[in-house]
Amino acid sequence: MKGSSSRLAFSLGFLVGACSIYFFLRQVWFERSYPVLTEAQERATAVSESPTSWRKEGAALINLLHPHHADEDSRLADVLYQKVRVLCWVMTGPYNLQSRARHVRATWSRHCNVVVFMSSVEDPDFPTVGLGTKEGRDQLYWKTIRAFHYVYEHHASEADWFLKADDDTFVVVDNLRWILSNHTPEEPIYFGKRFKPYTKQGYMSGGAGYVLSKEALKRFVEGFRTNVCTHTTPVEDLALGQCLEKMGVQAGDSRDTLHRETFHPFVPEHHLTGKFSKSFWYWSYCYYPIVEGPQCCSDLAVSFHYVEAELMYTLEYYTYHLRAFGYRPRYRPSVRQGLTPGPLSQTVVTAGLKAVQEVTDGRAHTTSASSLGGNKTKSETEPEKLGKDDLNSGVTENRTGVTQGRHR
Amino acid sequence: MLSEGGSFMKGMAMGGIFCLGLSLFGSFSPATEHGPGEHHHHHVKAPSKDELTRLSDGRVLELVNQVRVSCIIMVQPKILVYWATALDTWSKHCDKAVFYTSESSKALEAVDLNEKDDWARLRKALKHAYENAGDLRWFFVAKATTFAIIENLKHLVLAKDPEQPFYLGNAMKSGELEYVAYESGIVLSYEALKRLVNVLEDEEKCPERGHALWAMSEDKQLAVCLKYTGVFAENGEDSHGKGLFNSKSVDSLITDSMRDNPTNVVEGCCSDLAVTFNEMSPNQMQVMMFGVYRLRPYGHDFHDLLVFQPPEGSDND
Repeated sequence: MKGSSSRLAFSLGFLVGACSIYFFLRQVWFERSYPVLTEAQERATAVSESPTSWRKEGAALINLLHPHHADEDSRLADVLYQKVRVLCWVMTGPYNLQSRARHVRATWSRHCNVVVFMSSVEDPDFPTVGLGTKEGRDQLYWKTIRAFHYVYEHHASEADWFLKADDDTFVVVDNLRWILSNHTPEEPIYFGKRFKPYTKQGYMSGGAGYVLSKEALKRFVEGFRTNVCTHTTPVEDLALGQCLEKMGVQAGDSRDTLHRETFHPFVPEHHLTGKFSKSFWYWSYCYYPIVEGPQCCSDLAVSFHYVEAELMYTLEYYTYHLRAFGYRPRYRPSVRQGLTPGPLSQTVVTAGLKAVQEVTDGRAHTTSASSLGGNKTKSETEPEKLGKDDLNSGVTENRTGVTQGRHR
Repeated sequence: MLSEGGSFMKGMAMGGIFCLGLSLFGSFSPATEHGPGEHHHHHVKAPSKDELTRLSDGRVLELVNQVRVSCIIMVQPKILVYWATALDTWSKHCDKAVFYTSESSKALEAVDLNEKDDWARLRKALKHAYENAGDLRWFFVAKATTFAIIENLKHLVLAKDPEQPFYLGNAMKSGELEYVAYESGIVLSYEALKRLVNVLEDEEKCPERGHALWAMSEDKQLAVCLKYTGVFAENGEDSHGKGLFNSKSVDSLITDSMRDNPTNVVEGCCSDLAVTFNEMSPNQMQVMMFGVYRLRPYGHDFHDLLVFQPPEGSDND
């Protein structure tokens, strides 16, 4: 009696054991999924290395190639590159070269005309300039003073504007050029994220980056030569702002034509989705009213701060690579006259407009009724609305490619 | 009692070992890692700029009408934040976006399918979308946890005929079955959806409760049903052969690229015209809206064949 019941128990256990192991294996092993290789992976097309576009001159990297995209028309950006020359100097240090400065060198700094990495110690390979200071927060203004003197001494003729950025600042240099194109390097002016306390005209946040005109740089150097400016405090951005104010350099308004900020002291996520607590210092520091949500930031944003290595590449991807095919942005500001690519494009503009008018009648159609949310994207053409801020007077853009294509 | 318990335990152990042994000896493994070269799977590539410029004006006019997308977005009250984010972000770019939920929520509107089973719910949603298709010919199915760039989806299917069966996305292979992964979005042409809706009636081929004793995930179930109608999963790629449907987030893909292509991180990462990303937080989705539709470098223009206008009543794009 006992024997058969334990035999029964044994067989039952055997069944249970076998089945549970089978099911388990099935889930974990047999049902495993593998992604189908893409054609690119199958052909094992190695990602080709970007061509070196730098010429090393001492401790500076002179940019030879303005980075280009295969399918894009960057004539306007090229004109701005020639006419609005920007030297970027990046505040870094020997312990941050591999963790931070390296990623700046690989991403946004490639869009500057010249880039110089400033450290306390010289490094001929990176390359960095050795400013002869120590490292640390209390050295920041010393480093800044020496850095600006260095670029004035060695590179004044190579650029019109001089940008200071940290090694955790991300800058969209093409958008910086758009802002600066409305001014001349002979104006005593500087731009950045404007703060208001401790000064009459405000000063620019150090972390968000700031840019001096050649005249402003001249006056900064002159201020130290005549002892009007001295090392007052290690708070680099405030001290610099106070010096420039004494030297008659104007604190500029860097906001876009819709009064949206372009220089940002935090990461995009913080500005776009964060709510700043009312007691946060930021509220009392900002010169212009803070806008929370999507209108915090211009489409033509110039800078973000506290950007770590990974985010540097992500922002480079978002800015220069990832896009929505055919999407015509809401904000399409114009550029100053005299900076348009040239007479050829003017005729293309008018011809394109006329052709668009002709094609529009044939192509316009309405979308079907939408069920939720606002109206949906319409895939149609429409005649260009000629407004000062809408139409890019320089280059034809995002227009029905059919007409465009026929004119190429 | 105790001795029976002991025998039971011994039996279980023996059974487990027996099963393991049997499967290890190979006669059991249907899932072989697919080797390169022995493939019959298909890639569907986006048109290149050259191909598009060669199209006639008349053809382009046809395409403008044809390439309109109906979005089928699967939600649940437990992912309310994602639901709200999808509503506020990418779904605005669909020609039509309908949200289907497992149970209704007081906070947001959706078609309440009143169905807890994932596969049954997907079936109902697809049927509903087909019956209400109107003149839309392309269908995009995604959960609210996915982020999609609909304009890039339109670019991918721009020159494809929706009267042909297309079933696209991030194609995966499990054993002999090739299917499109759910998390990176599923694209169906009108013809594919039509065939699917017909085969859904067939309890033999396409049962509501799967064949196996355990449930197969609903994206695999979908592939099985479609296979019976002669529709096979295809991998969506850009004109350079890079995958367009991503199961991971941008951050994750960039991190992978920093490890795999340290000298060319961004180029080695993701397509410029990527269609979907997954595993992104609602905040990251808002940042992606900014990154895709707004943030751009001044003076760099693309003269694309079609122009898509921004949706009305929106300011984050």
